[in-house]
Amino acid sequence: MAETFASLSLVPKTDVPQSAKDFKTDQEVRWCPGCGDYAILAAVQGFMPELGVKRENIVFVSGIGCSSRFPYYMNTYGVHSIHGRAPAIASGLALSRPDLSVWVVTGDGDALSIGGNHLIHALRRNVNLKILLFNNRIYGLTKGQFSPTSEAGKITKSSPVGSVDYPFNPLSVALGAEATFVARTIDSDRQHLQSVLRAAAEHEGTALIEIYQNCDIFNDNAWEPMKNPETRDDITIRLNHGEKIIFGANNDRCVIRKADGSLGVANVANVSADQIVTHDAHATDPSFAFALTRLSHPETLQDTPIGVFRDVKRATYEAQMREQITVAQAAAGAGDLDALLQGKDTWEVR
Amino acid sequence: MSKEVVELDHVSIRFAGDSGDGMQLTGDQFTSTTAGLGNDLTTFPDFPAEIRAPAGTLPGVSAFQLNFGDHDILTPGDFADVLVAMNPAALKANLKELRKGGDLLVNTDEFGSRALTKVGYDSNPLEDGSLDGYNVHPIALTSMTVEALKEFDMTKKDAERAKNMFALGMLLWLFSRPLEPTIKFLDAKFGKKPTILAANKKALQAGWSFGETTESFSTQFVVKPASMPAGTYRNIHGNLATAYGLIAASKRSGLPLFLGSYPITPASDILHELSKHKGFGVRTFQAEDEIAAIGAALGASYAGMLGITTTSGPGVALKSETIGLAVALELPLIIIDVQRGGPSTGLPTKTEQADLLQAMFGRNGEAPVPIVAPQSPADCFNAAIEAARIAITYRTPVFLLSDGYVANGAEPWLIPTEDSLPVIEPKFATGPNHILEDGTEVFWPFKRDPETLARPWAIPGVAGLEHRIGGIEKQDGTGNISYDPANHDFMVRTRQAKVDGIAKTVAPLLVDDPSGAAKTLVIGWGSTYGPIQDACRNLRDEGIQVAHAQVRHLNPFPSNMGDVIKSYDKVIVPEMNLGQLNMLLRAKYLVDTIGFNQVRGLPFKTQELMDAIKEVASHG
Repeated sequence: MAETFASLSLVPKTDVPQSAKDFKTDQEVRWCPGCGDYAILAAVQGFMPELGVKRENIVFVSGIGCSSRFPYYMNTYGVHSIHGRAPAIASGLALSRPDLSVWVVTGDGDALSIGGNHLIHALRRNVNLKILLFNNRIYGLTKGQFSPTSEAGKITKSSPVGSVDYPFNPLSVALGAEATFVARTIDSDRQHLQSVLRAAAEHEGTALIEIYQNCDIFNDNAWEPMKNPETRDDITIRLNHGEKIIFGANNDRCVIRKADGSLGVANVANVSADQIVTHDAHATDPSFAFALTRLSHPETLQDTPIGVFRDVKRATYEAQMREQITVAQAAAGAGDLDALLQGKDTWEVR
Repeated sequence: MSKEVVELDHVSIRFAGDSGDGMQLTGDQFTSTTAGLGNDLTTFPDFPAEIRAPAGTLPGVSAFQLNFGDHDILTPGDFADVLVAMNPAALKANLKELRKGGDLLVNTDEFGSRALTKVGYDSNPLEDGSLDGYNVHPIALTSMTVEALKEFDMTKKDAERAKNMFALGMLLWLFSRPLEPTIKFLDAKFGKKPTILAANKKALQAGWSFGETTESFSTQFVVKPASMPAGTYRNIHGNLATAYGLIAASKRSGLPLFLGSYPITPASDILHELSKHKGFGVRTFQAEDEIAAIGAALGASYAGMLGITTTSGPGVALKSETIGLAVALELPLIIIDVQRGGPSTGLPTKTEQADLLQAMFGRNGEAPVPIVAPQSPADCFNAAIEAARIAITYRTPVFLLSDGYVANGAEPWLIPTEDSLPVIEPKFATGPNHILEDGTEVFWPFKRDPETLARPWAIPGVAGLEHRIGGIEKQDGTGNISYDPANHDFMVRTRQAKVDGIAKTVAPLLVDDPSGAAKTLVIGWGSTYGPIQDACRNLRDEGIQVAHAQVRHLNPFPSNMGDVIKSYDKVIVPEMNLGQLNMLLRAKYLVDTIGFNQVRGLPFKTQELMDAIKEVASHG
């Protein structure tokens, strides 16, 4: 059994051994064959026993979209809510019950388009939520319109001559919204995905995990260069805290700090060792993590980092909320309703 | 000099000044002093949406009307008997609210030519004879306040700011009220600012002394206490009573209170109040928007809290989808709509009852939501508890339809004890509730209580009850996703039947008809109670028999509603909208009810209601 994860210190521990099977429901999974969601579901179900907490104290909350069917397949408590609102509903749940492990499952349309407002505010508040954002760069459940992460110019059903929408980078947005934990992983790399879930579970506060996920029906091979064994190692930057950022099939590429202070990618052979940046996920200033999110090329995916970009400590919203209640009750005792209703200014009628 | 003392059975006073003149505070203070003397009363704050519009302009005028008497007082008074006008703008905006022959107390210091021109007076109304129909008391309020405070080390401008206390002292003398409650109030408010405290007390005292000595007032008035049921009373505003009702419901149900809210006029005071009561374990969450506010409240309900959201009409529009989700999830949730003038931004600080149909129908699909409406400021307390009872017992979102008039108005309240309040049992699910054919015990989240049709409320943390719920249609019993046509038809009808069934636990509609001979029924809902009751009593005094019923449960209606309205020759339905209850009654009971409708952002005047009722009662 793993050590207690920091974010789960108030969640009751399980006293029975769990396996991935315990987290499967009797419901038939209804994603399209070949959907990346299957791999993510299996990875999450496989990871859950590691939490070491009672299954009944885990809740999955989702919005609307293909990914948001996720809770039906998790044998925990679950709410499949409405489009974009999962972070708001999950916030109310987490603020009410520190004894729960609360997970949000959302997609690029759900979290970034219709629910963009709730996502950024959940991030800045630092509510103890773990948000899994399945990014497939397309609207799937509505059958193939461009999403806020689709490439500019993308041809879809709603953009037959090319989308004129400019996409945003979910992790850049999150960092701008004062997120304390920001990570990226990919559906097909189970080991990496679970390592990021582990780091998120350790983090006290809101964790945003972007998961590159393939929609084989409406946007197949969106992340192909990062999955193809021929290309993936040369374009994917694996971030490890405290280690120099070096990547490539032959470890011949690296991230350097350029003269103007921005980050760039260079050949190891062309730079001196002290020019190579060491990854610091705990840096207080988010500009380093932000610079990492800007390295990748949105269309070719060249130089795309995965791993934990940022993981910093800040008091959670619910801890502060609980503290205010504790202080109020310590000062004046638990509320006395009769005293409240009487107030200070009464008169008697006889 | 001894002055004549005259006894009155009631008086309506209106304070009017610039938004920055402190008229609401002055009115509140006069009110609490008056309440403490045992008078019954009703208040009506009438202020603009702008925080401080330019001084001396008509849009910047803020007013406060108080009606108090020796009997039960139902309205702020159609017209004030006394108007205090702090400047020409206040006079111009409020003179129409003063009855002919009423007393007009005017601060003459502000009636310079620039101030007069600013509000479009061509000549000084104090001199041109246009106020001849009133009993005018010209008073140099500002300069006398400054004079009284000359011993203090303060600027003239700061001294002038105490003129509302001078006016208050004067009014307290005029109506034989003590200064002590205000002195106590000032001590608490300015305790840390000794100079300001002393100056305000001095101004208050100076106002009182002026009243006593000036020849402008030849008479002092007394209003004896009203006869009210024995007990301990306090004065209470509607929004405060709502907040207290919610805290009471939380205590009596054992469910911690969670409020998700976004600031909006005129509901924000409920958020402000609840955020003070962390001692009761109250959690308040000021969300990023109206949608998140109700979303968080619904998440809290799922967690086993008393989830509440507070808003006004524009906020309800944004919350609609989540209310629909709450209908589908069948979880308790209280939505408080403090109605204001609409559509859109409308009249943020003015009252209206035009959200009834929004509450009834403002969602996609068949999504019935129970509706409860308080009829007076103090009644907000009981109405909030009733909304909680329905929400918790029936696992449903419930609307509490307050409005700006009851929310900001105040009246004396016979304070209940905690023990006298109803207990609400949440009855959380604790174990399996169904046995499969093979004998396995399982938990079915949509297996209903046969009596209430409510589903079990299974909160996270209970082993064996793990389940998934969502907005997609669910199979009866299991709660699994179901697109089966017959099942959907069944579920839609069952959710409706559940809400309709609430009528079984609701008191029958009470008809007030002392003679038993009335052929005309006046039926209202919510905050129109006071004016309608006042109008009906006056008509009975004139020998016209009319019955009055005030609807508290608007969905479902009390079970005797049809019988009641069918038993009168004429049914008149006054509403501060274009006929929303009227439409529901006509549609449901096929009765030719007659609407009387105003949408002026103001409560009904008694006389206008009397005229309208008389017209209906006397025809045909």
